[in-house]
Amino acid sequence: MVDPVIASRLQFALTTIVHIIFPVMSMGLAPFLVYFTWKEIRTGEALYERLRRFWVKIFALSFAVGTVTGLVLEFEFGTNFAAFSTAAGELFGGPLAVEGMMAFMLEATFLGIFVFGRERVSDRLYFVSSVLVGLGTWLSAVWILIANSWMQTPRGFEMATRGGQPVVLLTDPLAAYANPRFPWMFVHMQNAAVLSVALFMAGVAAYHIYRRRHLDVVDSGNLDAEFWRTTLKVALVVLVITAPFQVVHGDAYGRHVAETQPQKFAAMEAVWETDSYVPEYIIAFPTSVEDLTDPRAKDIFGIGIPGGASWLASGGDPQAEIQGLNEFGEAPPVAIVFWSFRLMVGLGFWFVLLAFWAAYRWYSGELYEDRLLHKALMASSLLGIVAVEVGWVVTEVGRQPWVIQGVMKTDAGVSPNLTGGEATLTLAGFAVAYLGLLGLYTYVVGRLVRRGPEPALPESEREDPTVVESPEASVDD
Amino acid sequence: MIDLPVSFGTLWFGIVFAFLGVFLFLDGWDFGVGAIFATREDPREREQCLAAIGPFWDGNEVWLVVFGGALFAAFPPVYAALFSRHYLLLFGVLGALILRGLAPEMYEQRHDEAWHRWWGRAFVVGSVGAPLLLGIFVGNWLVGATGLALTSVVVGLAVVALTVVSGAAFLALKVRGPLREEMAHYGTRAVVAYLALVVVALAGLWTRPAFRAELLTGPALALVAVSVVLAGGYAVAIRRDRRYAALAASGGLTGALVALVAWLRYPVVDPVAGLTVESAIIGSPAVELLTVGAAILIPLVVTYFAVLYSAFSGPIDAEEAY
Repeated sequence: MVDPVIASRLQFALTTIVHIIFPVMSMGLAPFLVYFTWKEIRTGEALYERLRRFWVKIFALSFAVGTVTGLVLEFEFGTNFAAFSTAAGELFGGPLAVEGMMAFMLEATFLGIFVFGRERVSDRLYFVSSVLVGLGTWLSAVWILIANSWMQTPRGFEMATRGGQPVVLLTDPLAAYANPRFPWMFVHMQNAAVLSVALFMAGVAAYHIYRRRHLDVVDSGNLDAEFWRTTLKVALVVLVITAPFQVVHGDAYGRHVAETQPQKFAAMEAVWETDSYVPEYIIAFPTSVEDLTDPRAKDIFGIGIPGGASWLASGGDPQAEIQGLNEFGEAPPVAIVFWSFRLMVGLGFWFVLLAFWAAYRWYSGELYEDRLLHKALMASSLLGIVAVEVGWVVTEVGRQPWVIQGVMKTDAGVSPNLTGGEATLTLAGFAVAYLGLLGLYTYVVGRLVRRGPEPALPESEREDPTVVESPEASVDD
Repeated sequence: MIDLPVSFGTLWFGIVFAFLGVFLFLDGWDFGVGAIFATREDPREREQCLAAIGPFWDGNEVWLVVFGGALFAAFPPVYAALFSRHYLLLFGVLGALILRGLAPEMYEQRHDEAWHRWWGRAFVVGSVGAPLLLGIFVGNWLVGATGLALTSVVVGLAVVALTVVSGAAFLALKVRGPLREEMAHYGTRAVVAYLALVVVALAGLWTRPAFRAELLTGPALALVAVSVVLAGGYAVAIRRDRRYAALAASGGLTGALVALVAWLRYPVVDPVAGLTVESAIIGSPAVELLTVGAAILIPLVVTYFAVLYSAFSGPIDAEEAY
């Protein structure tokens, strides 16, 4: 029997970690789909119709799984974190309700048109639907991050008691919801989602170009070659923009964290004693198992920029002082935060390198010939999502032991009447169900990706669509 | 300050139950179609069932998110107390909704028999399980039960029957051919079962002294009478192939049920924790902000649904599959 507090935290962590994959896919795919739809309507080319139809399938699947896994999170605030919900509901519930009404509704209704309505509605309404679906996914992130950013840097409230329970009262809506953390989180998350999907698309396109040599021949009317080459190019254009931006933005975001959550920043850098001229380890090697599980910046062997962390935290002063974790009396699980942060940053730099490499090959006319590049793209296709995951681990684990920074401890937020048996049962249930869910999603997306796009609809059939079913025999190569 | 003829507590109590009602009605079509799906053997008919709800169910399901969000935002202590008290029940609801949400997407992915059989089962279990468990949850909420009250189970079964009533009317609108002919059969049986279960549930409430006086008030009696009339009207309409009238009657039945629950529950939002609309509502300015937000957003949401349903009005084509 797991302690209800621990089981609830593990369950929330598990359900969030799995859930985040699906919104990342839909938020990231949205701008690509708007572009493909726009091109399809403007040019009438079969290529864009195929691109749109293919990627919409993956979008619709991600949305369906994202909806049910997101509903789980909403319910968990009530079932597992009742004390938090009672205390913070006045500030926290509002954004969630507005997210449902403003963003989720927009996305879900227009997705019906976007998935099923190509032949039913006008071109104009169809294009507007693609934009509104995308807008819905992005607005969802706005409201969820407004709620989350308030937990990171709470503002605009007063503490009170109601019925003997501590509650948070909203006093200044503007301060609470136009929170200093919000713009940082939103830009970082949005760009991460688009970057992740660009990597995924590039990886999938590289797979087809690498695996199927006949894709080398493009001028003999090879439609699949055209399909995958366009996918690759569109993905690379986006990658070249988003990857460097994420690094530059992340650097500035780090400074903001150092200012507003010094405890989290110290955990990211494993700084225990307050110090100045703290180095930033680009590559860090633990010198013993102990340093792996309990890293301390001083004991880490690595390639570091002298004064780098100080420079990061202060925005340009390598001599700046960084508050150590010992000053706070308690610390988050430092190892998780420290290594997750390193993994995220390392991946960020790798994406930049990959983007420049591909851009150079494109420029030199060898984009479809560099097989090493194709391998690198394939290997990196899911790494954007990995970076998002570890990024969220830094954000959420780095805030511990607080659920609302400086206001409420996480263990105080758990439902008081929850039993260990109930919590253990659902935790085990979710562990099994979500593993299955993830396996299923991976299987289905993998299958769609391996099969590739359906043939373009012949001109005569575009007015009267029927379901085009590929013969089962050609499914698995 | 916003001046309202009713208190914010009462207003949001109404809004929360209205969202619940809209969810039960709209997603009720989808659940009902799922139950009817279970009885159809022909793969073509099964595809038609899925195609009928294809463009809509995502949007319909969001009303549950909106219901939960509104309850959380307006009455956080009620949300917390109610949800943590019904811990396993709600995870059951989530499990059913996961199956129901995945099944149509998955069904589509492969075209072999075993795959269709398994995802068909998942679709049915989810479509019947979700309204059953949600009905039990609402029944428990109403009577203030912490465990599993018999009356709540009857309410759960009544909600399942009600979804079949709605589903039959909806499917009659969306499909052609022999499947459509059968809807009068399903709908009539379901509405009789629904009425019988409501009578049993009311008898269950009658045994609880707290509800006896409430049940004899004018609005409660009127809602029961309206339900009987609507049930009769539905049976006549669906037999005579007056399909829009049947759908409207099923909507009225859903509305009457939720209104009755709300009437019997008001003004205490959570009887176990002893929370009333006035003691559980959030303070100013949070509630004013929420109200302004809802006043702007609800008409917008209604517009989205109008666009969606008019884009896919009328029966699905013979070739249209999910």
